[in-house]
Amino acid sequence: MSIKDLTAVVGIGQTEFGRLEQNELTLACRAISLALDDAGIAPHEVDGLASSTMEPNREVEVARNVGLGDITFFSQVGYGGGAACGIIGHAAMAVATGQCNVAVAWRGRKRAAKSSRPWTQASTRIADKNMWSRPFGMLRPVDEIAMLTRRYMHEYGATRDHLANVALASRAHANRNPNAAMYTKPMTRDAYMDSRWISEPLCLFDNCLESDGALAVVIARRDRAADTRHEPVIVHAVAQGLPPQHQTMTNFFNDDPLRGPAWVTARKLWERADVGPRDVNVAQLYDAFSPLIPLSLEGYGFCERGEGGAFTDNGNTQWGTGALPVNTSGGGMSEAYVHGFNLIVEGVRQIRGTSTSQVENAQVSLVTSGEGVPTSAVLFTKAR
Amino acid sequence: MLETNDDRLFVPDLDDDDSRPFWEGCALGELRVQACASCSQWRMPPRPMCPRCRSLDVTWVVSSGRGTVWSFVVPHAPLLPGYTELAPYNVIVVELNENSLIRFVGNLVLGPNAPINSIDPATIAIGEAVAVVFQRVNGIALPFWIRAPS
Ligand SMILES: [Zn+2]
Repeated sequence: MSIKDLTAVVGIGQTEFGRLEQNELTLACRAISLALDDAGIAPHEVDGLASSTMEPNREVEVARNVGLGDITFFSQVGYGGGAACGIIGHAAMAVATGQCNVAVAWRGRKRAAKSSRPWTQASTRIADKNMWSRPFGMLRPVDEIAMLTRRYMHEYGATRDHLANVALASRAHANRNPNAAMYTKPMTRDAYMDSRWISEPLCLFDNCLESDGALAVVIARRDRAADTRHEPVIVHAVAQGLPPQHQTMTNFFNDDPLRGPAWVTARKLWERADVGPRDVNVAQLYDAFSPLIPLSLEGYGFCERGEGGAFTDNGNTQWGTGALPVNTSGGGMSEAYVHGFNLIVEGVRQIRGTSTSQVENAQVSLVTSGEGVPTSAVLFTKAR
Repeated sequence: MLETNDDRLFVPDLDDDDSRPFWEGCALGELRVQACASCSQWRMPPRPMCPRCRSLDVTWVVSSGRGTVWSFVVPHAPLLPGYTELAPYNVIVVELNENSLIRFVGNLVLGPNAPINSIDPATIAIGEAVAVVFQRVNGIALPFWIRAPS
């Protein structure tokens, strides 16, 4: 069976972003509570929960705080930044197949929390796959993605100007979004070029923010969505992807490391959808690091292989000028980094018509999770 | 063999059965590659089962230790203690001459006894030829790479 169009996002909620006093559990519960109010659904009606394996707030804590009733479905998706759209997918599948009736999916995160920075917690004796990289000073996620980026630039002629296009478009969108951490901070191309190196060829502004915050969505069947408060946003298609011989993050060991999990995810997504890349009005592409945008543009079929950098030229991914506005809330690089869950909520707002960089009459809204790790993607559409 | 002792530096855990023969090879000056004893396919990183034929039988072959730079990065501080002091240094991925699917993460060094920040990163190029050398970190021999005539 297909779950196409069977479920809808009926509620969204989020905290403020930035450096916050409240703990992770408080933030998560606030976001969930706001999402339920946004939907007009009472806590006792929630019977499904979906989250990330890196989520610090467990189902039992969330349910006891928000006052949920009998939970009959709960599930987690792994691989950090690759998870968010898969979490929506698990919730939508559970609702569509009757494992639960109303599901909540959420992500709460604090940058200072131990769970947010696993690379700083490691013992100096490495027993897992990182024994092949960490003893050589490849310590952080940025070092791992920078390695793929250098190779990508070498093979296809992508440049720092292309990466700057990505950072500048996100910043311009954040400057229109009062909830974005970088709302009041414009950025110039010179500022990008002059910023300090983090791991060459990636500089400071090729990296996402470090943020505290939480977001949540409520998913229900379309019939239940008939009397919720807002126009339901249809979960049209969803996919997860893990290709053969892929090694998450340090994916240097297969025959084509630059063709990451986005490719298989995209193939299944477009197979399941009634639409294709040309029908997408607006995209939220996971951006822990700027090079993931050109790689995702290629993987999801918006351009040919190697053309992802050039695709960003001339403001093509920027609201108001571009054929495909990308990360219209500011994304992970300029709104907040909440493991891509803010991209989900922005993808929903674009269909509702309530983004601060609203694409006029958006009908098809793509959200993707992280390229370079086992990943996922979701297509939201208007109810037709 | 250059010896560095600094307990803040990362080293492999030699208790891992799948990879131990690799690190034992390094101590003997050999760059070993795990191969399937049934279908002969080489694989990296080491693992229990051959993804081609599902055999659990493993052999180790001694490679030439020659390759080319597939890509490289230059991490800058702040990093973790022990690495911040060395930054900026290079990290490279080497593609082995005998089999382009066998790759190693490592560091390009000026000579067998030189540290990981001994090369000007601006001089490193994708495709340049390298050869393995070994240095001991906290008593464990690890592969490093020097420039080699191509
Ligand atoms: Zn085999």
